[in-house]
Amino acid sequence: MSADVTKVDQAGEPVAGRAEGDATATPSGPPVGGAAPRKDGGLAGFLSGPAGRNAGLVLALILLVVVGIVTAGDRFASPENALTILRLGSVIGVVSVGMTFVISGGGIDLSVGAIVALSSVWATTVATQTMAANVHWIVMVVAALVVGAVCGLVNGVLIAYGRMAPFIATLAMLAAARGLAEIIAKRRTQIIRDRGFIEFFGGSVLGIPVLVIMFAIVAVVGWVLLNRTTFGRRTLAIGGNPEAARLAGIRVQRQTMYLYILLGVACGIAAVMIMARTTTGTSTHGTLYELDAIAAVVIGGTLLSGGRGTIVGTVLGVLIFTTLTNVFTLNNLDTSTQAVAKGAIIVAAVLLQQRVSRTRSG
Amino acid sequence: MTNVVKRFPGVVALGGVDLDVQSGEVHCLLGQNGAGKSTLIKVLAGVHEPNEGTIEWAGDAVTLHHPQAAMDLGVATMYQELDLVEGLTVAENIFLGHEPTRFGFSQRTSARREAARLLARLGHPEISPAAEVGTLSAASCQIVSMARALSRDAQLIIMDEPSAVLDAGEVAQLFRVIREVTDQGVAVVYISHRLEEIREIGDRVTVLKDGKTVATGLDAKSTPTQELIRLMTGRSIEYVFPPKPEVVVDAEPVLRVEGLSRAGEFGSVSFDVRPGEVVGLAGLVGSGRSEVVETIFGARKPTSGTVSVDGTVVRGGSVAAAVAAGIGLCPEERKSQALVLGASLASNITLATLPRFSRGGLLDGSAEVEAAEELLESLDVRPRGVHRESRTLSGGNQQKVVLARWLLRGCKVLLLDEPTRGVDVGARSEIYALIRRLTDEGVAVVVVSSEIPEVLGLSNRVLVLADRTVRHEGPADELDEHAVLDIILKGDAA
Repeated sequence: MSADVTKVDQAGEPVAGRAEGDATATPSGPPVGGAAPRKDGGLAGFLSGPAGRNAGLVLALILLVVVGIVTAGDRFASPENALTILRLGSVIGVVSVGMTFVISGGGIDLSVGAIVALSSVWATTVATQTMAANVHWIVMVVAALVVGAVCGLVNGVLIAYGRMAPFIATLAMLAAARGLAEIIAKRRTQIIRDRGFIEFFGGSVLGIPVLVIMFAIVAVVGWVLLNRTTFGRRTLAIGGNPEAARLAGIRVQRQTMYLYILLGVACGIAAVMIMARTTTGTSTHGTLYELDAIAAVVIGGTLLSGGRGTIVGTVLGVLIFTTLTNVFTLNNLDTSTQAVAKGAIIVAAVLLQQRVSRTRSG
Repeated sequence: MTNVVKRFPGVVALGGVDLDVQSGEVHCLLGQNGAGKSTLIKVLAGVHEPNEGTIEWAGDAVTLHHPQAAMDLGVATMYQELDLVEGLTVAENIFLGHEPTRFGFSQRTSARREAARLLARLGHPEISPAAEVGTLSAASCQIVSMARALSRDAQLIIMDEPSAVLDAGEVAQLFRVIREVTDQGVAVVYISHRLEEIREIGDRVTVLKDGKTVATGLDAKSTPTQELIRLMTGRSIEYVFPPKPEVVVDAEPVLRVEGLSRAGEFGSVSFDVRPGEVVGLAGLVGSGRSEVVETIFGARKPTSGTVSVDGTVVRGGSVAAAVAAGIGLCPEERKSQALVLGASLASNITLATLPRFSRGGLLDGSAEVEAAEELLESLDVRPRGVHRESRTLSGGNQQKVVLARWLLRGCKVLLLDEPTRGVDVGARSEIYALIRRLTDEGVAVVVVSSEIPEVLGLSNRVLVLADRTVRHEGPADELDEHAVLDIILKGDAA
């Protein structure tokens, strides 16, 4: 008979490993792949489990680091460069963590880059900055977060209660938010004058940039929220089977709306971070963030169809893309080549994921 | 076809079916829900491949690997769930898969002309070939489906309950067309629950029961109704039901349904369920049974009427309100409506009880696993393992997981929609025992099932639904399968 061995990997995601298949007891069950990744002991089987998927991503990251060391030597392998990579990845990382929730919940959001732009512009207008000068720079932070939350609320209401397809609703928001940002900023770059804001967010604590610390906090909070709270469980339930979730008494529409608000707030945080990094607010901030975030989430192992999400995978996905950019830049390869490589990585990751889900569904 | 066997994992859907259809005849298939009619026609249409048995076409043995193979032979199928593409036009739907083409370009004009000709032949020249199918009524869609079958020059047309969505006049029209095509030598396999129709249009009748042929080649006109009902009923496998719960007669009802209606689905349903009582809803598919329980559960918004639990009216149209009031539902479609298939058994079980395991939103994972483990053990769910994905379980074990969800919550009222569909015999009696255990604890239970013996065997009282209204209400002991079928079929006759 089968002996069930339950293990928890380092990421805390439960993994059920079985010593042996019990075919008679699961007449409707396909050969179990996803639930029992180690049954066949093969590498492919291992790689299809949550721990294995993360291990695969770590492997890819290590490979990139090796390439970096070989091609760029000390310029790559220095503490300063490591921090550069982390700082570069932190802004898109925060957006990606939020995106993980929306995608796990069965949705998609194309408007994140535009929301980042609008938040950064709104938080740096003359009016906001004047108020910040009179009160505290925290006013700018609040402005960015509120703008992000309101955009997310609009997305969420349209999708959950207006029954619009997420793709369409957020596409509309993408156009509208960036347009609004251009109107407000009059297509000019708004410089941040508040020294306190720049010093706080541009600074470091114990040698670690504040931006990186912010990303770390968002990732940890995101992980707890997704894996250890009712909110996260509901998110995965509505993404996995909205009808079943509804008939179990979960308020699917409300939960859906919350997810977009959450992502909107994440965009507000990202706006604050990019404002600190560039000391500006402009309507071109966050361009193509939607693609980078979705790519990081999907190669991280979150199912694009919803129902399964992994914050650890998303963080690894972000680090892979950022490291790739860094390695390419250090080797003086242009952004076009980078884009081609990015595309190839996405295709490879999704093909792998499809193979995994085929073994899962038989 | 002879001795056709079709097994699905866990269930034998067809266990030896013989059927011979002659050209120019209307051969009727009769059988209760789940008797295997739909599976049989899917085998004929090449959707499913039989595990055993042979299919002969005009004397030659054939294998139908693919629907296209069946179509090439001249078998056209009109499915019960209409299989039209809503966004395409009538003409495009009719010729879908065999569009008239020239040099690879589709010939729209000739397709439309031909479609118009077919529709006129069916007595419906008013349906425009250029109309989008999504804008048509159900009856018109049926006609389009029929036109599609004709467009293929089919030698055998299979019709799965074509009259279900038609009114009397449209049925007459349909019969006229059937006679016309059979006069030209086309054979028709006709499925209907309405005995009157079978008498009128049918030549011969084959009766299926539990996936087997119990009678074939009966004369459609002269075989007595009593005989047909006898053949359809009487089970080869007798299920063992636990003794029925004793109900305190003067107890206050837990669930009270008053005048519940939903426009177009069912009208004015009223009944009470007392603590520890099982009330059964019997009726055929489409009689409104599932709609009634889903409306009680708030998954559908009632047009009028109220549901109250312990004397307090539950807000209609809100699942959350129903759950808060202590109602639980095990829905008809386990996989699409009840389970998050990719999630673990534990998280499926605690889905309706999450707040109990959380402190300030943080989930207590070990308490969750512990509670789930306890339930899996007490319900004997196999294979064990709270972290196992729910998709890897058999139907019976999945049903136990859904029941466990509501056991954990401790419902006052439990609504069970087809609790044993796709469940094997062993797990069935376990589920019956479980229902009994719940009633002993004072839970009020409502059971919906297409299997009349199951409803009768489990319930204290039974409501018979037909044509979307309650036709009969009374103690289960005073009814037998015969009587219920009689109520349903007589009420149903068009």
